[in-house]
Amino acid sequence: MKPKAYDRSIDPASRAMLRKAENEGIETAWDRYEKQLPQCSFGQLGICCRNCNMGPCRIDPFGEGADKGICGATADIIVARNLLRMIAAGAAAHSDHARDAVLTFKKMTGGEAGSYSIKDEVKLKALAAEYGIPVEERSKEEIAAELADALVVEFGKQEGPIQFTRRAPVERVKLWTKVGIDPRGVDREIVECMHRTHIGVDNDPVHILLHGLRTSLSDGWGGSMIATDVQDVLFGTPTPIKSTVNLGVLAEDKVNLVIHGHESILSEMILEASEDPEILKLAKEKGAKGINITGMCCTGNETLMRHGIPTAGNFLQQELAVITGAVEAMVVDVQCIMPALGTLTSCYHTKFISTSPKADFPGTVRMEFHEETAYEIAKEIVRTAVENYPNRNPARVNIPDEKQECMVGFSAEAILAALGGTPAPLIDAITGGAVKGIGAVVGCNNVKVKHNYGHVNLVKELIKNNVLVVTTGCNAIACAEAGLLVPEAAAMAGDGLKGVCEALGIPPVLHMGSCVDISRILLLASAVAKTLGVDISDLPVAGAAPEWMSEKAVSIGVYVVASGVYTVLGTVPPVLGSSEVTKLLTEGLDKVVGATFAVETDPFKAANLMLKHIEGKRRDLGLKP
Amino acid sequence: MKEVLIRPELCMGCRSCEIACAVEHSESKNLFAAVMEKPTPQKRIYVEYVPEYNAAIPMTCRHCEDAPCTTVCPTKALKQDEITRVVTHSTDLCIGCWTCSMVCNYGVIGRQKEARVAVKCNLCPDREIPACVEACPTNALVFLEVKKLSGVKRTEAALKLARGMQGKAL
Repeated sequence: MKPKAYDRSIDPASRAMLRKAENEGIETAWDRYEKQLPQCSFGQLGICCRNCNMGPCRIDPFGEGADKGICGATADIIVARNLLRMIAAGAAAHSDHARDAVLTFKKMTGGEAGSYSIKDEVKLKALAAEYGIPVEERSKEEIAAELADALVVEFGKQEGPIQFTRRAPVERVKLWTKVGIDPRGVDREIVECMHRTHIGVDNDPVHILLHGLRTSLSDGWGGSMIATDVQDVLFGTPTPIKSTVNLGVLAEDKVNLVIHGHESILSEMILEASEDPEILKLAKEKGAKGINITGMCCTGNETLMRHGIPTAGNFLQQELAVITGAVEAMVVDVQCIMPALGTLTSCYHTKFISTSPKADFPGTVRMEFHEETAYEIAKEIVRTAVENYPNRNPARVNIPDEKQECMVGFSAEAILAALGGTPAPLIDAITGGAVKGIGAVVGCNNVKVKHNYGHVNLVKELIKNNVLVVTTGCNAIACAEAGLLVPEAAAMAGDGLKGVCEALGIPPVLHMGSCVDISRILLLASAVAKTLGVDISDLPVAGAAPEWMSEKAVSIGVYVVASGVYTVLGTVPPVLGSSEVTKLLTEGLDKVVGATFAVETDPFKAANLMLKHIEGKRRDLGLKP
Repeated sequence: MKEVLIRPELCMGCRSCEIACAVEHSESKNLFAAVMEKPTPQKRIYVEYVPEYNAAIPMTCRHCEDAPCTTVCPTKALKQDEITRVVTHSTDLCIGCWTCSMVCNYGVIGRQKEARVAVKCNLCPDREIPACVEACPTNALVFLEVKKLSGVKRTEAALKLARGMQGKAL
């Protein structure tokens, strides 16, 4: 019999840790998934409703039992409402992250967050200009203060538009306005989702879904984009940089801190604190050769992109990092952090430190993070990790050898710079046929898919067929681990793409950041569309989320489609209980926003769907096949 | 006599039957109180997942004719009603030897850890319809006489055959 680890991940480092977990009797997400089987089919189909206390109600998909909820809601209504709530939660998560970034920015301008400063003045001025804020003969602090106020307003705005939505091609903005889905304010759209899905409010699946599109746009071109841009101003806009990924980046002889979660506000300070001479001295005293900060999930992507800090892994590797036995502190803030880490860290010497005022988990040491005293708290967190170093049990340490080099940091600005300032060379490559199109492959890990199998195979298939891939989030880390983020990976690409990559010295897969940074992909697509004088939906571009699982991914998927990009999902969304909603998402949306979803669990077939779509768009644009 | 009969093709694996069974065999017979009871109420029906076929199959006591569990029970804790065929279990007589579990072909005799006695389906003597059947949202569990179910299935099969014949005639 094949060992379980073989079926659970394609990554050798992860398999090694899964075997270690099995030997030590440690439970992981995969074990818990098996205990969940069979998963509730009502939930999988999206036909259970818990929105009021007459329920829970559910519809019998075989038509033998109830065909309506107590209020009379049909499967179509229930599925649409549930989907809207998922979009609301996803948009809320991104936008709340953005709000915190903006509030830190505002506090910094008011002198209340002294540890932070403006790292990208050029971007600051560019953003100010978009908001019509005068920049001539003013200090950067003055500009920043006014910009911070303007950005804060975007959240509570009652009447639109949200400024950054105007970065989309004119045709797209016109379409949004015509369809009535141009978002009016970040918070307003999310709140309205909750109102509409309250019992007895919005009960037309099409009407519900249109508001879903509007809400998701307030995430993609609002919350997420604001988060990305403010973080760039505060922490620097990423430029290409080399680093390493995978569990092998953990150090045998150093204090290992894994910073996991999503917000750069914390991780940036921890990086600074880890270089504090006092703390470094303490580390030496404790017998460590130094302090090794590694990232995990999107915090990993942020610090990888901006500073080349090695990343230990993506979503499904968070437990595996602890299982190495070499992690002194798992430091977390918000989003995608498994509450299982509490029990797991208690099986080792690892300190599980939670820092966000809005997120706590069982078994954590709470060290709440506030901007006013950012550096001091960060230093305390690092100190706690350092002091924990002598508690490490060397007999239980097993760090996998695997670490892979990668080249990251391709912000939209960096890509344009690599192309010489305009998207023209990329467009020439696309129109000339060397590059067939662009594939945006993003999203989480999901135990329903063998870890990284969907990501890596889909991406490999695309580049083999001369599709340039841009990536963010857990897919980016999966690609890095598979060695796809180095210029040498061009050898795996088709001849056309290979030539372009070699000429520019770039990998065939470009790491554009964390999951909020999908906004960068929107901007790249906009830049290409504007140069060609077409809408985004006319471009030979397709998206995919081969292993998605979170509500954020639902919001992302919807705003990407609402922005005109055909998107293939690798795990089945909970909508199949409604034929109307399923049809709308996979067919009907094309007439509304010029793009649809497709669901395909096989990454090779998914790549084919994307290639077919790209070929179709090339034909429509009159480009050679 | 009516029995709990299973139509596995209709089972969605929601485990509603399991929850209802445990609640019915709780002290309070109330979901919200039952979840807090000690010992924890135990179910007597099991939805088994068969990964090879991605199928969920509910398994419960068949109240077999000449039930082997009653034959081997050394203390007569397990008894079968001569007329109704219902196999009942007496916790007072049970010595927890698990001989019944060894001979049960369906593996549906469970163990109450605290009291160290067997637990199995008793067809909900206080109810008109067993709790599991009532809870099943897809009618994968039915409370019918074997004869009646066979009749229903014959009608369905006949309909399928008739449809096939019509297709041929066209």
